[in-house]
Amino acid sequence: MFDDFFYRALLVGVGVAIIAGPLGCFVIWRRLSYFGDTLSHAALLGVALAFLVEINFTLSVFIVSALVALFLIYLRAKTSLPSDALLGLLAHSVLALGIVVLGFMTWVRIDLLSLLFGDILAVSMYDIWLVFLGGSLVLVILVTIWRPLFADTVSHDLATAEGMNPQRARVIFTLLLALVISISIKVVGVLLITGLLIIPAATARNVSSGPVQMAIISTVVGVIAVVCGLFSSLQWDTSSGPTIIAAALVLFVLTLLPLRRAITLVADYSAKLANRGS
Amino acid sequence: MLDGTLVELQNVGVKRESRWLVRGVSFTVDKGEIVTLIGPNGSGKSTTAKLLLGVLDANEGTVNRRKDLVVSYLPQSLSIDWTLPIRVDHFMKMTGKVSDDEVRSALDSTGAEHLFKEELRVLSGGEFQRVMIARAISRKPDLIVLDEPVQGVDFSGLVELYQLIESLRDELNCGIVLISHDLHIVMAASDNVICLNGHVCCSGTPKSVSESEEYLALFGRQVEPGLALYKHKHDHTHDTDGALIDIRENSRITSNIDQ
Repeated sequence: MFDDFFYRALLVGVGVAIIAGPLGCFVIWRRLSYFGDTLSHAALLGVALAFLVEINFTLSVFIVSALVALFLIYLRAKTSLPSDALLGLLAHSVLALGIVVLGFMTWVRIDLLSLLFGDILAVSMYDIWLVFLGGSLVLVILVTIWRPLFADTVSHDLATAEGMNPQRARVIFTLLLALVISISIKVVGVLLITGLLIIPAATARNVSSGPVQMAIISTVVGVIAVVCGLFSSLQWDTSSGPTIIAAALVLFVLTLLPLRRAITLVADYSAKLANRGS
Repeated sequence: MLDGTLVELQNVGVKRESRWLVRGVSFTVDKGEIVTLIGPNGSGKSTTAKLLLGVLDANEGTVNRRKDLVVSYLPQSLSIDWTLPIRVDHFMKMTGKVSDDEVRSALDSTGAEHLFKEELRVLSGGEFQRVMIARAISRKPDLIVLDEPVQGVDFSGLVELYQLIESLRDELNCGIVLISHDLHIVMAASDNVICLNGHVCCSGTPKSVSESEEYLALFGRQVEPGLALYKHKHDHTHDTDGALIDIRENSRITSNIDQ
């Protein structure tokens, strides 16, 4: 079955959606949407550098995203510019640098569109392993830092005063975000990764009353979006990454409609699961 | 550090850019002691609280905290983002191991037991404060730091709140640091009142309310149980730059003079 490119794509897409669900919740709780965007734009520079120094694509993207994140933290401490200006500055600079570096390498023929919007139908067995091993690692780490990270999200001062050591959780979370971006770039592309992170989480917010419940629903929504998106792109012969994001948007709109009651039933059920788990 | 001492500040200061927010602050908080920090806006009360909590690092001086100190902190303001779905019970268990029963009995003691399963962001200001205090209690802390808990609380509420804080001290035998921007009315139960204005202006025990009849006449007898008029004995004043002027010698001085 895994010989079929479509099923490989489905498997990788579902894997990425499972990781993006809970991480995306933290992205919207902590108001990091544009931070996510900046990191994913840095991914393009990571890809370019991977070709230049001939190292592993995913590793290079992870390193560049993580460095950009750390540079941002440094800039915040050193300059008096507001955060959104710094984010804009970095996001567009790294995107531009990525394209310039790619332009220099005339010997590399690269499909820019697949980088920007994803190329999920071209995933290999290697990608499947990467998503599921990398993804498991991300989820295990997220579970271990959940409490301090969540307390930090509610109030940094409170979490620090009451001995949660939130600063460490913050840095680890930033690295997780860079890791997720580096492993999901093939699915939806540089420009749409943040969409996969925040649209399912925003959809889940409409029907959740607890953080763990919201993370679970966000994952479910992400998985549904990937499955529906992929089948739709097969049906209508559309680009798969954007179709997945469009499917997520449809789910978001649905949660705003009266259909909401039906989804609340699902939500209650998953809340029971979450309560049993905690 | 002495045996009963929870936190000790020795000559601490915090600097931002080139300005000292607070400097030369020394005091201790002991077990079973209520310390009240007062001072005008911008006098460094919250900064001092954050120093003793370890939220801020001192640029000079040292802060010693007892090992494994369990702290409850009520920040001046806490705004819960609307995107964060969190209920009262979950919020109360957020930073420590607290059982359902402990959550309920703590909420009960602040009259907020009906809010157990309520979402945090729909609470009114008063309800939220009850939950915050219940949260502080449920952790069974060694030290509670309350940053301006009386904001927006009316006079009868103030007496009630101060009685609650006093009973907390008696029950838990914990140290309490209370921050207030009110310069003249402090808790009668305070063991130590520290008046800050970038440095320690003065400190000492509050004079009992009964000694100041004129103040009682102003606010009525019902304030008697929990409140006291704090008499300031400043030996210096500040000019328009905030520099110190010694009243006794009527000349500019540069060092911090405490009485």
